[in-house]
Amino acid sequence: MLDFPRWKKLWFWFIALACCAAALPSIFAVANLHWPSALPQPRINLGLDLAGGSHLLLEANPDQVVSQRLEAMEESVRIKLSQANGTVKVGDISNKDGSLNFMVDNPGEVDAARELVLPLTNGAGLTGKRDWDIKVVDATRIVLTPTKEGIDQAVTNAMDTATEVVRKRIDALGTREPTIIREGSDRILVQVPGLKDPTALKNLLGQTAKLEFKLVDTTALPSDIAQGIRPPGDDLVPYAPGAHGAEAGLLPVKRLGGIKGDQLTDASQSFDSRSNSPVVSITFDSAGGAKFAKLTTENVGHPFAIILDGKVLSAPNINEPIMGGSAQISGGFTVDSANQLAIALRSGALPVDLKVIEERTVGPDLGADSIHKGVIAMIVGTVLVMVVIVLVYGRFGIYADIALMVNVLMILGVMAIINTTLTLPGIAGFVLTIGAAVDANVLINERIREERKRGRRVFQAVEMGYKEASRAIFDANITNIIAALLMAKFGSGPVRGFAIVLIIGIGTSVFTAVMLTRMWVAGWLHRTRPSDINI
Amino acid sequence: MRLLKFVPENTNIHFLKWRLPFFALSGLLVIASWVLIAVNGLNLGVDFVGGQMIRVTFTHSATAPVGALRGEVASLGYGDPIIQTFGAPNAVSIRMQLPPGAAKNPALASAMSKAIIARITAKQPDTRLDGIDLVSGKVSKELGWSAFEALGFAAIAISFYIWYRFEWQFGAGALLSLVHDVSLTLGLFALTQMEFDLNIVAAVLTIIGYSLNDTIVVYDRIRENLKKFRRMPMPELLDLSVNETLSRTVMTSAMMLITLLALLFLGPRVIFGFTAAITMGIFVGSYSSIYMAAPLLIWLKVTSKSFVPGDSKLDRQEQLARGQK
Repeated sequence: MLDFPRWKKLWFWFIALACCAAALPSIFAVANLHWPSALPQPRINLGLDLAGGSHLLLEANPDQVVSQRLEAMEESVRIKLSQANGTVKVGDISNKDGSLNFMVDNPGEVDAARELVLPLTNGAGLTGKRDWDIKVVDATRIVLTPTKEGIDQAVTNAMDTATEVVRKRIDALGTREPTIIREGSDRILVQVPGLKDPTALKNLLGQTAKLEFKLVDTTALPSDIAQGIRPPGDDLVPYAPGAHGAEAGLLPVKRLGGIKGDQLTDASQSFDSRSNSPVVSITFDSAGGAKFAKLTTENVGHPFAIILDGKVLSAPNINEPIMGGSAQISGGFTVDSANQLAIALRSGALPVDLKVIEERTVGPDLGADSIHKGVIAMIVGTVLVMVVIVLVYGRFGIYADIALMVNVLMILGVMAIINTTLTLPGIAGFVLTIGAAVDANVLINERIREERKRGRRVFQAVEMGYKEASRAIFDANITNIIAALLMAKFGSGPVRGFAIVLIIGIGTSVFTAVMLTRMWVAGWLHRTRPSDINI
Repeated sequence: MRLLKFVPENTNIHFLKWRLPFFALSGLLVIASWVLIAVNGLNLGVDFVGGQMIRVTFTHSATAPVGALRGEVASLGYGDPIIQTFGAPNAVSIRMQLPPGAAKNPALASAMSKAIIARITAKQPDTRLDGIDLVSGKVSKELGWSAFEALGFAAIAISFYIWYRFEWQFGAGALLSLVHDVSLTLGLFALTQMEFDLNIVAAVLTIIGYSLNDTIVVYDRIRENLKKFRRMPMPELLDLSVNETLSRTVMTSAMMLITLLALLFLGPRVIFGFTAAITMGIFVGSYSSIYMAAPLLIWLKVTSKSFVPGDSKLDRQEQLARGQK
């Protein structure tokens, strides 16, 4: 036990120093010193309860997605069947019980009807599976049921979209480093440090974004536009950064005669049937579809602008009239960029209402105050403990104290390396860990004392002390770890921070209190070979 | 250099002579705690019952005018608030139930908090907003379950671990002392009506960890002595074990208390309840190791035979047959 070959000593020193070094950037930050940016920057994050800010948990209602999808499908089916120029007559389309069904008037046309509807059931996008099942019932009814894959995909799409919209919207607030995470299948967690008033954020998240389709005024003179002169009846719309053709600067669009984007029911990435290149398919609702049909019929060969939030996304040409309420936006997309635009288009409106089910806001003043007080408490507590330990255990106490200081630095270092978050209970955890870390040394030193009383020689007593105490230390720490792991699993953010500090602290304290002190004690014993120790 | 000793060497305090009276006392305290919880109820925070909690500090006042505040907030028409000092004497927490319909329309809750803060600031210009917590009924139910599960799993997992490392009686003893500690802690909260929120659950888990830590140290010594002193009667052996570990128990408790008292008096005010709970837990935890966990071993008939290999089932059958058992 007291044998320390050179490699072991070097290894221990290395671990200790590496972890302590990792703590330096954070210590520098607290002391307002500059840490050179060329060096690696492991950082401890501050939880919201220390940095101040807002934590919002948003919940969506997936049933909304399902019912919206059903309605959209109903529209599409209606339009598709009416497109067939009356060759297929159907009765009412009903959408009871989550599926669409309609009766074909003429039983002989069932197959034709089925063929018409089939293309609508293909899953566009990345999986290629069918979204809907078509069944023919009683030889006269066609029933369309959404598949589980279809629903799951739709809900996932909806939540992806919602998260993207949320992210975009939060970015617009100009806050620093927000955290936006999906939680479960229907929740989004938003953490915005430094946000004092979440009301603005909450309003923003409830707002719809504006999407418009407007005709480009090709008669406008480029020279006028360059000077910012607005042609009569037009708006000058700037390009979105990075949009196709952004070099042109401003685009003149006719103010009237456009279509609003709240009439889109879907947008997704798919492939052009002829060229196989990625495109974005959009679907209008029936009113939008009719308008779009009119717009495109009247303006074949002209460009029209797709405008999101007052910026032009693109301005493609209308090649042919678009009657079916759906359209393809093409133009040099990759699958990824098409998907992204599809999301962005879907982002135009939040596909589901997001409700705030949990909100926690902490004012930043309180956070700074808490850190300040926490650090003072920790310093005072540590100093007192260190003094008492030396008074009680003498030289062995000094080793324990050095181990304690290394322990504190190591905890900070490990926290920085794994980039975890320090919360307010975490500060308490820190202070507790100091008390608990000392326990290991108390156990060891008490045991050494006892063995000496029983008459063992110095070396033997120290060795026995470490050996016997290690067993108890091991068992005791395992139970603490169990408690801490449960806390980490079941706890909320601040509690989790506490648990993590505890777990790290247990690990580092075993290392420092047991192994490091053992190394130092062994070194001292080997060097001086005392016949008696004061303990 | 003369070293300081908290506990004189070779103590021989007959702790276990008093096991019955103390056990009875503990039993009474546990029952009293349960009664308090049933009658007084725990002051559950918004984490567990849902609602909105606003925390403010009156930066230039010595104390917060709780009574006046209550009147002001109640007059706004959102219902009766629960107002308590929170940490420092000039800081309060104001708890309100969510306004009806807030589940569908969160703007209502925001409006309520704005109105309350505006009214308070009008009356007390030195109001500083420290934070707002809003928890819907849905989330509070989930949090409540999480807390319950965490405590439950902790109790079971640790007891099983101790069973595995020692004997079943030790696991039972640990479980009993755990129940005792948790009951007394909850009883304290029912008595003082300090706010019981998620942080307190973390505190309880910490107390469990510490108490069992302490129990295991004693158990380890008992195990060692059982192997060494085969013929010593249990009460005497337990006394010996407790006395031998007394020095360590006192020392560690003292160290923990030093750090906790530093936190209590100098640390952040927001976690005052949390820290107070853990502080009490230190006392209760040490006590339960001696007077809950240890005596149970006697009553569950732990003997030196528990740890010594040799008396296998066959051995015992043979001894029975020979009429020696």
